[in-house]
Amino acid sequence: MSQANKYYSGLAVLILSLLVLPFALSAAGTAWVRITNLAILFVFLSLGLNIVVGFAGLLDLGYVAFYAVGAYVYALLASPHFGLHLPFWMILPIGAGLAALFGVLLGTPTLKLRGDYLAIVTLGFGEIVRIFLNNLSQPINITNGPRGITLIDPVRLGSISFGRSDQFFGLVLSGPMKYYYLLLLLLSLVIVVNLRLQNSRIGRAWEAIREDEMAARAIGINTTRIKLLAFAMGASFGGVAGGMFSAIQGFISPESFVLTESVMILSMVVLGGMGNIWGVVAGAVLLSFVPEMLRYTVVPLQMTLFSRIVIEPEVIRLLLFGLALVLMMRFRPAGLWPLRARQREFHKQAAIK
Amino acid sequence: MLAVLNLKVSYGGITAVKGVSFAIEQGETVAFIGTNGAGKTSMLKALARVLNEGTQGSIKLRGEEIIAMPPHHLIRNGLALVPEGRGVFARLSVAENLAMGAYIRNDRQEIAADLGRVYELLPQLRERHRQLAGTLSGGEQQMLALGRALMARPQLLLLDEPSMGLAPLMVNKVFETIRTVAASGVTIVLVEQNAKLALQTARRGYVMESGCITLAGSSSALLADPRVRKAYLGE
Repeated sequence: MSQANKYYSGLAVLILSLLVLPFALSAAGTAWVRITNLAILFVFLSLGLNIVVGFAGLLDLGYVAFYAVGAYVYALLASPHFGLHLPFWMILPIGAGLAALFGVLLGTPTLKLRGDYLAIVTLGFGEIVRIFLNNLSQPINITNGPRGITLIDPVRLGSISFGRSDQFFGLVLSGPMKYYYLLLLLLSLVIVVNLRLQNSRIGRAWEAIREDEMAARAIGINTTRIKLLAFAMGASFGGVAGGMFSAIQGFISPESFVLTESVMILSMVVLGGMGNIWGVVAGAVLLSFVPEMLRYTVVPLQMTLFSRIVIEPEVIRLLLFGLALVLMMRFRPAGLWPLRARQREFHKQAAIK
Repeated sequence: MLAVLNLKVSYGGITAVKGVSFAIEQGETVAFIGTNGAGKTSMLKALARVLNEGTQGSIKLRGEEIIAMPPHHLIRNGLALVPEGRGVFARLSVAENLAMGAYIRNDRQEIAADLGRVYELLPQLRERHRQLAGTLSGGEQQMLALGRALMARPQLLLLDEPSMGLAPLMVNKVFETIRTVAASGVTIVLVEQNAKLALQTARRGYVMESGCITLAGSSSALLADPRVRKAYLGE
């Protein structure tokens, strides 16, 4: 088989298994479909953060703020809270746009900061957004404070509601399964956009800024604009993920958007391999599933061994998480699947695309 | 080509350049020599506009005032900087680094032709075109930085300490290349601590001391000047 044929048959197998996956998962319990959906959201978020951290090299510890913006935009525009019930295809772009605006808002004052200093400011930004959400219930009740927003509309496409089961051609699709397919569609879109971005003029400019900002400026890159673009694009992915999160969960509160979430998303990016799209996808999938699997294995295992729970699963989770990070830093400091495993063919005629 | 009037550069409370004035003619190579901290690099960064704040005075490029012009416009006007410490993109390949040099251009055929010319001028880059820039030797990185700047087709090239941290043999090679570039008609401003080599390469030069130009003249005159010989040539 030729190289291209191999590639396409591999791709076909991948797509097919991804299409069948929810049926296999629902055999193990609907919970697993939900977990998979959340995992896809985290892939979304990681890919968004990867633009900022991996491509442009700007360390962002407040990324969850954009997730929150997207989630609250959806929740406010499609719930009884304001009595608004806009369709999801209208809200998602609004959420993405507003998140991008917040990205520029964060990017503008931090243009001259790098590394640790940028991390501190972004961390503060994430906290500010969360604290605002927590307190914007007075004097006008916008976010409903720590009680959060409930009864958020599920996604509706025509007469199909993603909140309940339906039958298509004899196949029963539960709500989470429908969300799975929608998320898969959005995800493939996001991955395509990311791949195109990486090899575009903008992607190269991000790489240049990451490698040496002074040199980037010297070769004529408008570093201000390109950096803000990274913040805005990364944030807009976060906004879309947030909107989907709202729709899937039906309930959101500021508690879902704490610092540890930012750290988790950053860990996914770093674990997978900063800058490499497939590495980031792998990192996000791994870090989303392994803790869930632990939850389902650690308790029964301890029950059979000691007939009681010796260590709480949550404790083991953090323990293993820490261990994994230490091992990774020791043996694969560039991530599981680092950038530059690829050696791009690059000949005379291949100038910037 | 370039006319600088009373240029002052200050940042973080110190004034690194305290009002320098000079003019550079089309096609000539001019050296700026001086010790560490004399303000040479600050001046060059100010000329290339990569230093944002604290630049005062007047810089005219072909008669046009550029003191407030952002660097991404400046390079379109034919001014390119090879920064101190080379500043190659370490995790990009040699070929990608060179391609980035043509970032502002979109005449693909001309870019490809220029790439061929750069490879001709710097054959060791062609041999290593798929290698990551960070894995090159210091001299090769300097060549790459030079090649990358040439990819923008500059008329005025600002070189910041091209000999820094290089083995003597490599320094000679780099300066040979600089002479070739100069011979092709590119105007060059060369900032260098290696005073002898810089003055041998340039037609004339300026001596900088604590932010001011203290001596100016033709290279041969400067090389013969006892003050220069004592302070910079170690005699």
